[in-house]
Amino acid sequence: MCLSIPGKVLAIRGDKADVSIQGNLVEVSLQLVEDVKVNDYVLVHVGFALEKINDSEATEMLKVLKELKNFT
Amino acid sequence: MKYITEFRNKDDVQKLAKAIGTYNGRPVQYMEVCGGHTMSIQRFGIPSMLPESIRLISGPGCPVCVTSTGFIDQAIALSRQTDTIIATYGDLIRVPGSNSSLENERGKGADIRIVLSSLAAIQMAIDNQDKKVIFLGIGFETTAPATAVAIQEAHRQSLENFYVLSAHKIMPPAMDSLLSGDINLDGFIAPGHVSAITGSKIYEPLVEKYQTPVVISGFEPLDILYSVWMLINQTQNNTPGVEIQYKRVVNEGGNTKALELMDEIFEPEDDWWRGLGVLPNSGLGIRTQYRAHDAKQWLPKNMELPKEPVGCICGDILKGLRSPSECRLFGKACHPGNPVGACMVSNEGACQAYYLYGNG
Amino acid sequence: MEMDKYIVLGHGSGGKLSQELIRNIFLRYFDNDTLNALDDSAVLPIEGNEIAFTTDSFVVDPIIFPGGDIGKLAICGTVNDLAVMGAVPNYLSAGFILEEGLSLKTLENVVKSMANTAKQAGIKIVTGDTKVVHKGQCDQLFINTSGIGLINTKFKDNGNVEPGDAIIINGYIADHGMTIVGAREGLHLSSQIQSDCACLHTLIQALASEVEIKLARDVTRGGLATVLVELVQNSIYGIEILESAIPLRNETAGICDMLGFDPLHVANEGKLVMVVPEAQSEKAITVLKKHELGVNAAYIGNITKANPGKVVMNTVIGGKRMIQLLSGEQLPRIC
Repeated sequence: MCLSIPGKVLAIRGDKADVSIQGNLVEVSLQLVEDVKVNDYVLVHVGFALEKINDSEATEMLKVLKELKNFT
Repeated sequence: MKYITEFRNKDDVQKLAKAIGTYNGRPVQYMEVCGGHTMSIQRFGIPSMLPESIRLISGPGCPVCVTSTGFIDQAIALSRQTDTIIATYGDLIRVPGSNSSLENERGKGADIRIVLSSLAAIQMAIDNQDKKVIFLGIGFETTAPATAVAIQEAHRQSLENFYVLSAHKIMPPAMDSLLSGDINLDGFIAPGHVSAITGSKIYEPLVEKYQTPVVISGFEPLDILYSVWMLINQTQNNTPGVEIQYKRVVNEGGNTKALELMDEIFEPEDDWWRGLGVLPNSGLGIRTQYRAHDAKQWLPKNMELPKEPVGCICGDILKGLRSPSECRLFGKACHPGNPVGACMVSNEGACQAYYLYGNG
Repeated sequence: MEMDKYIVLGHGSGGKLSQELIRNIFLRYFDNDTLNALDDSAVLPIEGNEIAFTTDSFVVDPIIFPGGDIGKLAICGTVNDLAVMGAVPNYLSAGFILEEGLSLKTLENVVKSMANTAKQAGIKIVTGDTKVVHKGQCDQLFINTSGIGLINTKFKDNGNVEPGDAIIINGYIADHGMTIVGAREGLHLSSQIQSDCACLHTLIQALASEVEIKLARDVTRGGLATVLVELVQNSIYGIEILESAIPLRNETAGICDMLGFDPLHVANEGKLVMVVPEAQSEKAITVLKKHELGVNAAYIGNITKANPGKVVMNTVIGGKRMIQLLSGEQLPRIC
């Protein structure tokens, strides 16, 4: 459920942000999140930012995948 | 990083699928609770990449699919009242009620408008002060906070013509209900975006009670496959617990701001789930303090009991007991343009996902 | 459950519901061999020549959008239906249904756009009609155009298609449909994407002069998926396509993901799917890329012996899935 998509925060005006979603500019409400800054990536759902995306966790996940071993 | 293409990398996916393919333990069955996972699994053709001993089944995590026939009947009854605008997410428009759907009612002249956000419904109420604007609140913990913001906003602005008909639901009671039944499940791929709001802690009691592995997963192919990998590890090592694969978005405590707002506006109530029946404290009703914005006050007194479609096995499909291809209506009387059951209505419904992307 | 049946928007979406409507109502009563062929144009033998004849109505909202307007669309749509039959479009009719209160300036702009597009396409608008309806009985203006053209290249021949043949598209998919959705109110969206609305006859003629085109179809409502499924749904062959080969702009994909649309089911107005012999596929791409409407042409798949009647897609991650007809109008969704 819950169609949500990552986007990059380009500008913040009060509790609204301009977010770039794959090159399209969308106005998103920041009423559900705290401490969002320009250049952060957020997860967008029904016009709201739901959560910030944690870059180091994403990088870590990709690293884990590279080092994966088979079941033995 | 864009957090999309990186998690669709073909070489990485193939390598992971190959690693999963080396699994030689007993056959296992994992349920993706969330319709978004079902959609992604079908869209990318993930089943064609898994060994036969690992089966993914679709669960009740599509809000449209579990929304009751009775709720649609209520929305239709409201849409027939004078000076009323129904604002709804597009998902609900084709869901069949007992005798009609919102799409059919719109064709007959009801003022039913699709919105992409609860805030658009607020704007609609501001622009149409001479009309009642009734927003249909559907969805789980992911979507409920957006509705809560709208109710709070209406309250703050004293928008007396804005109402919400709430069918919001929460996930854990449905998962509990499944495990307490006769289903054979080896683990859950738990909903990533629900968990972004709730945190991973909501699954702890389930694992405690049923010793069933839970992995909270993202929605890209690498996320889903790696979650399967994590589940297999839990199964093989017999270490059931709650693990987070989707750490870039989910943590243990969840989104406190959103949770507090939900708690301010909503209170738990018993709710009816299509396929699962009434589950205690599984729905989100609007608190008395905000009842001025509760659309229930406009419901007709003597609504007829809802009629469920004959021959439709959505109930069993939502429980993961049967698959869409086992339904005699599937792809014939029931297809996305003319859905009989709710699982065919939503893009996330197991039936529509199988129809569009499977071998239907 | 038996619901009362009414026309819903999905009946006009070009997918499964449209097919059912045509079969159950129109073909049932209009029944004749020419119509039953259900080609993009009717093929009429007249005094030793073959004439392609077609009609189309345009009701797009908004009437002006990035990359075009209802007038340009009304010319291109009909020209393309003729062109894919191998015809050189010659003459068009134009019928207007105007809403009371429509600004004359708007009408003039639309008509000017039609005239420009027709002139560039080398086609004359030779007859027309105007009706005005009460306010609210139509949305600003609706246009119907019909067209005829002499068929000079015969390539519409399903019997000729065989396993191994290459399937080619002339560029990015889904731009028109997502531009229209994006231009509607309430989306709070700004995007660089534009409608691909264009007349394709010169492109087809250029290709036909150098390559054996076995079959051509314009890709409109219902999207690429619908065209591919229709190509083989009654055939002894199937189709296999490669998702990563299908031209799709990042921005267009983004709006699709945001609203839950499948780009394969989204409308186009300047796209063409062609089947050519595998041996000529490279040449076909080279020829197409030289034309301004084919710069992003791509070889997206093949006719197969396997999976008769079905379209199978190899996904970006190397999985396989089936492609189906669009079933009901696509709606923005949250889940």
